[in-house]
Amino acid sequence: MSLTVAELIYDKDGRLLFTQEMKREYTLLMPQMLPVHFTMLKHILELHDYKVDMLTTTHRAIVDEGLKYVHNDTCYPALLVIGQLIDAIKSGKHDPHKVGLMITQTGGGCRASNYIHLLRKALKRAGYDYVPVVSVNLSGLEKNPGFSLGLKLIRQMAYSMIYGDLIVHMANQCRPYEIIEGETDRRIEKWVARITSEFKGKGSFKTKHIRENFNLIADDFASIPVNRVPKVRVGIVGEIYIKYAPLGNNNLEDFLRSEDCETIVPGLTDFIIFKCDNRVVDHKIYGGKFITYVGAGLLEKYLFRLQRYLIEAVKRHPEFRAPCTFEHLKNLAGKYLGYGNKMGEGWLLTGEMLELIDSDINNIVCTQPFGCLPNHVVGKGMVRKIKDNLPQANIVTIDYDPGATRINQENRIKLMLANARLSQNGHSHQDSNAKVRVNSTASESTSDTNSI
Amino acid sequence: MRIGIDIGSTTVKVVLLNNQDKIEFKTYERHMSKVREKTAEMLAQLSPRLSGSEVQVSVTGSAGLGVAKASGLEFVQEVFATAGAVERFHPSTDVVVELGGEDAKIIFFSGGLEERMNGSCAGGTGAFIDQMATLLNVSPSELNELSTRYDKLYSIASRCGVFAKTDIQPLLNQGARKEDIAASIFQAVVNQTVSGLAQGREIKGKVLFLGGPLFFFSGLRHRFVETLKLKPEEALFPDNADVFVAVGAAIYAGTTKPMQFDEVMRLINNTSTQKNTTNTLPPLFKDQEAYDEFTTRHNSHRPPVIDSGAYHGDAYLGIDAGSTTTKLVLISPDGGILYSYYASNGGNPVAVVLEQLKEIYREFGDRITIKGSAATGYGEDLVKNAFNIDLGLVETVAHYRAASHFNPQVDFIIDIGGQDMKCFKIRGGAIDSILLNEACSSGCGSFIETFAKALDYSIADFAKLGLFAERPVDLGSRCTVFMNSSVKQAQKEGAGVDDISAGLSISIVKNAIYKVIRAASPSELGQNIVVQGGTFLNDAVLRSFELELGAEVVRPTIAGIMGAYGAALAARSLKLTKSALLTADQLDAFKHTAKSSQCKICGNNCHLTINSFGAGRKFISGNRCERPLGKSKHAEKPNLMKWKYNYLRSLEGGKNHRGRIGIPMALNMFENLPFWYTFFTSLGFEVVLSPESSHALYSSGQHTIPSDTVCYPAKIIHGHIEKLLEMDLDAIFYPCLPYNFDENKGDNHYNCPVVAYYPELLDANISGLKNVRYLIPYFGMHRPKDFAKKAAAYFSEVFGIPSSEIKAASKAAYNAYSAFLSMLHKKGEQMIEEAREKGDLIIVLAGRPYHIDPEINHGIDSLISSFGLVVLTEDAIAYNQPKKPVRVLNQWTYHSRLYSSAEYITTQPDMQMVQLVSFGCGIDAITTDEVRAILEDGGKLYTQLKIDEINNLGAVRIRIRSLLAAIEARENSAE
Repeated sequence: MSLTVAELIYDKDGRLLFTQEMKREYTLLMPQMLPVHFTMLKHILELHDYKVDMLTTTHRAIVDEGLKYVHNDTCYPALLVIGQLIDAIKSGKHDPHKVGLMITQTGGGCRASNYIHLLRKALKRAGYDYVPVVSVNLSGLEKNPGFSLGLKLIRQMAYSMIYGDLIVHMANQCRPYEIIEGETDRRIEKWVARITSEFKGKGSFKTKHIRENFNLIADDFASIPVNRVPKVRVGIVGEIYIKYAPLGNNNLEDFLRSEDCETIVPGLTDFIIFKCDNRVVDHKIYGGKFITYVGAGLLEKYLFRLQRYLIEAVKRHPEFRAPCTFEHLKNLAGKYLGYGNKMGEGWLLTGEMLELIDSDINNIVCTQPFGCLPNHVVGKGMVRKIKDNLPQANIVTIDYDPGATRINQENRIKLMLANARLSQNGHSHQDSNAKVRVNSTASESTSDTNSI
Repeated sequence: MRIGIDIGSTTVKVVLLNNQDKIEFKTYERHMSKVREKTAEMLAQLSPRLSGSEVQVSVTGSAGLGVAKASGLEFVQEVFATAGAVERFHPSTDVVVELGGEDAKIIFFSGGLEERMNGSCAGGTGAFIDQMATLLNVSPSELNELSTRYDKLYSIASRCGVFAKTDIQPLLNQGARKEDIAASIFQAVVNQTVSGLAQGREIKGKVLFLGGPLFFFSGLRHRFVETLKLKPEEALFPDNADVFVAVGAAIYAGTTKPMQFDEVMRLINNTSTQKNTTNTLPPLFKDQEAYDEFTTRHNSHRPPVIDSGAYHGDAYLGIDAGSTTTKLVLISPDGGILYSYYASNGGNPVAVVLEQLKEIYREFGDRITIKGSAATGYGEDLVKNAFNIDLGLVETVAHYRAASHFNPQVDFIIDIGGQDMKCFKIRGGAIDSILLNEACSSGCGSFIETFAKALDYSIADFAKLGLFAERPVDLGSRCTVFMNSSVKQAQKEGAGVDDISAGLSISIVKNAIYKVIRAASPSELGQNIVVQGGTFLNDAVLRSFELELGAEVVRPTIAGIMGAYGAALAARSLKLTKSALLTADQLDAFKHTAKSSQCKICGNNCHLTINSFGAGRKFISGNRCERPLGKSKHAEKPNLMKWKYNYLRSLEGGKNHRGRIGIPMALNMFENLPFWYTFFTSLGFEVVLSPESSHALYSSGQHTIPSDTVCYPAKIIHGHIEKLLEMDLDAIFYPCLPYNFDENKGDNHYNCPVVAYYPELLDANISGLKNVRYLIPYFGMHRPKDFAKKAAAYFSEVFGIPSSEIKAASKAAYNAYSAFLSMLHKKGEQMIEEAREKGDLIIVLAGRPYHIDPEINHGIDSLISSFGLVVLTEDAIAYNQPKKPVRVLNQWTYHSRLYSSAEYITTQPDMQMVQLVSFGCGIDAITTDEVRAILEDGGKLYTQLKIDEINNLGAVRIRIRSLLAAIEARENSAE
């Protein structure tokens, strides 16, 4: 059996299908976006009898393959994801005749919805048109006999994203301060394993059980011994791939940590709710049959509840900053953008910046691929107004691109950090008489610690 | 004692400050990319004075980051350091403008501290000025000197060096004065700083100017003062502006731990030997033997050898007046080279050709009879008119002629010159498809030259260094501005000149293959590839090309003069008895003067350059149409784009019962105006459109653009809004429309994010909008019934109009919109009919509705129709095509039209498509490949024109002429 190649079956439009036979014999290659969340995702897929390899490669050849097979003006995440997948096929680790590729598809008005098509074009040009591509989406696009998102799998995936958010949220507030090096990462590993194993067999989707888990996770991270010396806190927002994926943002989180910062990265839960909310809002703005939106509305309400439990779990530990509710984000963003602004990260991105500043995290790196269309408006386009309204905002926007040099990116981030340290030392930008006092910047010991 | 070390992208500055904050020592030197060595060397100068004593040190600057990391010395961010020094020495400063080699910065002090640095796509810096000086063939200080004697300023794109170059090159070719260009370059730097960096915050009060370029160039200072309207006491140019940031670092050093000076020297010396480049590539040649084999192979492709000193007989002259270089060749009837010339045109091709022709007459005298002459290249028209050349031919054709001389089977030619890359496929003995680089990737060839010069190498020596480099660095391939900054990074990491030389060659090749040709394998190119152009004379570039492609190619020994050689071959084919070329006597009387003026015939107001060559011969350039040339306005061909534009602009007015509504004439308004015009006039509003676009209108709004990489059609709206704000209006209306009309040609019917949401961006960035009613509701025009309801709710709330009236108005609006479409379709049919009666070729100039704005398309439609072609728009033919599956996600209404119209064109023998693409349009990265595939699969030619703020019709003209040549060749081979 292992010597034969699976039969290639195409649908009526000529799309190569991922068959049952392939499910048994092929390994699915999956790009990584959020290290913790996607590790759980991989485990879950394995529970459902898929062979999965999550790609964590970061070497230069990925960009080269991307440049070769993807139009160079296409956004950087497409170039990276496709370059990474093709690089993986070529790596020799897997038999090219025994792999399939997984890619997500959202179907919004941003050009990112085209990734799967660009990937297929690239595969054809690279001579791998026999490699099946599996679309992971919730819109019912592109069905495959060997890959189906059953209700159980969808629920597990959704829960793992929310669990992932909580784990990362807690961990980010522990790691910079941990006394025993590596302790935070060990707890992450522990919880990733534990959540996945819970999904085995029947698993429990009872809200009560999830709520208990939330509390356990929060308590466990809160028990990590820490020394909370004051550090500059920096929020990271942006285009979803560049914001999260270390491959996309040149290890931004590591860089900031090496600069002695605590990073705050708003999670995926809000993005998932945002996508549901878009449907409800569309109905409100443009009309249409309510039945098409009612499901999204119900799902949204359910997610609201889970998010509340998550927040409550964090709030059990006042020394931790708790995330805010989606409704709060939406309120904040509403003063800047209409709720119809939904392509890419839409109003959510602006909302995240506002929420960070609202909770006293004034230093923000806004990341985007070079030439990102929605971010012209919701990222760079809103900075002026935010600074006018909230003068304490210290936002730097950074473009990522195969040609952009790291040194230029880091130099701009350093400027933002220098300003951050300055205001942390009590010189507020709001005070127009306050001139830069260089002498006071070397030590960071006098900053206010109450908010941490 | 405190030491401040500022290591920038091109220079190192070291300052020693004593305890009274007095500068005891300062030095400013170019580091020629040897960052660490130079720093160590400069510090060593302090050794006699400081050895054995304690000092405090800090390092700053973009290259300082790496040095600080490697040496363990304290780092301070440069803007931060600057602010500290300003506070200490010039406390009353309101704004600091600092220009460095690569970065530009502004610090606002009064009214809230704010620091800004330029974005990733940036010009307006020292490196930019250096490059422009090289382009003019003068030293930077000569450039400054020239700028003081200017008469007029040209508008030069200030987005980045690459774009500016694209603007300057045609000016040079048209014979514009260097003095004017020099001052215009400085003005571009000022514009970039004021608009790109200040972004709406006014630069006023006491302004402190810092950094090398501002210190050294009085012309630049002058332009700043004049543009910002500063009084003498408001513009501060400190004596130590060149080392000011280093002073800031020295002040910051006061907060660091004191250490022994000798220890500092030791730390710096240690780092200067470290090499830690991260992204390296395999070497080009493993040894001398491999290189010898390579050169032998390539040297076999040469023209017949001829003894020019003894030659008597006929001769043919070919001239290629390229954008940066002039090539000239004189051949014998069998193709042997009697005389050849290749050199930079120094910004004046006429002078170069004049000198060379005189030289030819001197050298050959009566021995030869010139029986034909031909000119090609950017400066073709100028040179042809100046010297009475017999024939002008488009450069693609000239190149093909030359290439087929060396390999008659040639099926793919790639030419990399100083400014442009051109690739063409040959099918059935004719040029089939042509690929030209777009503005962003231009200038690669001359970039190597500029770079070599900056390091004091000749281009040949610099190229040789790269051949055996052990670890070529990876410099990326987006554009030369990005490459330049990658080079800087590599230097900081300690890469050697040899590694950089090889890296540059590889980058240029990658740019050509992956950005211009878009090929993933050699088989996509052809079996017989000929490479040419001056850049390929660089063996490192040639080798990289072969390695990257994995195939052997032919490079003739005369690769650099192939255009001229092809022209000479074409001149030979004329079979004249004698060329009309100016004789030696006529050359002696030859005079060339250039005068600039502005054409006033139409609203385009083209900048004309009038060249006179004595004896009443004149050549006018810079024009977009034939009219300033005095030729009668001969029967203009039908042009649907122009019709559509004129029609839409006429939709203005209405009786003012309820008020005056201003509408910015931009983006989707070029599609939806008939709808909104009817909607508002039915409700009793007067509709007022923003004025017609112009570069001046764009400039008036430039300072509020938050993202400089967005497309020009979006950026220009800022100007439209500014103009509307000057009018007496009751409201400005500009709705957010994420969904477009559903024309049932795709899987969805979105607008792109920029079209959809730009009204909100304007709201957040243009402060004047706070004082007017700026209405930006979300609507879904794809659902007429719902629209009527939602509009009724909205407008009754805003204006208190009864719902019933609004519902009636929306009905009228939908009717008006569909009437507009029918009219457009009918007009299109009429034009097609007319074209077919007369046997005219039809060009479908496809893009977006807003590409019909003449300021956005720069008059490309007029240019095309001046070639006797009928111009249609994509929306006039897409509507009658059934929906067909495409290989990409087809979910944007405007883009679906592109696919449908491309599909339709493949069925029409007398139609070709030219696609307009705005720079920065992310979605067109997807549509262009697909449209190209549809057309080429259907046996059509694909021509893409990338457009932006810059106006480079010279390149467009070459594209259109090449397209026509290809169509003609196809027809001939079909017969």
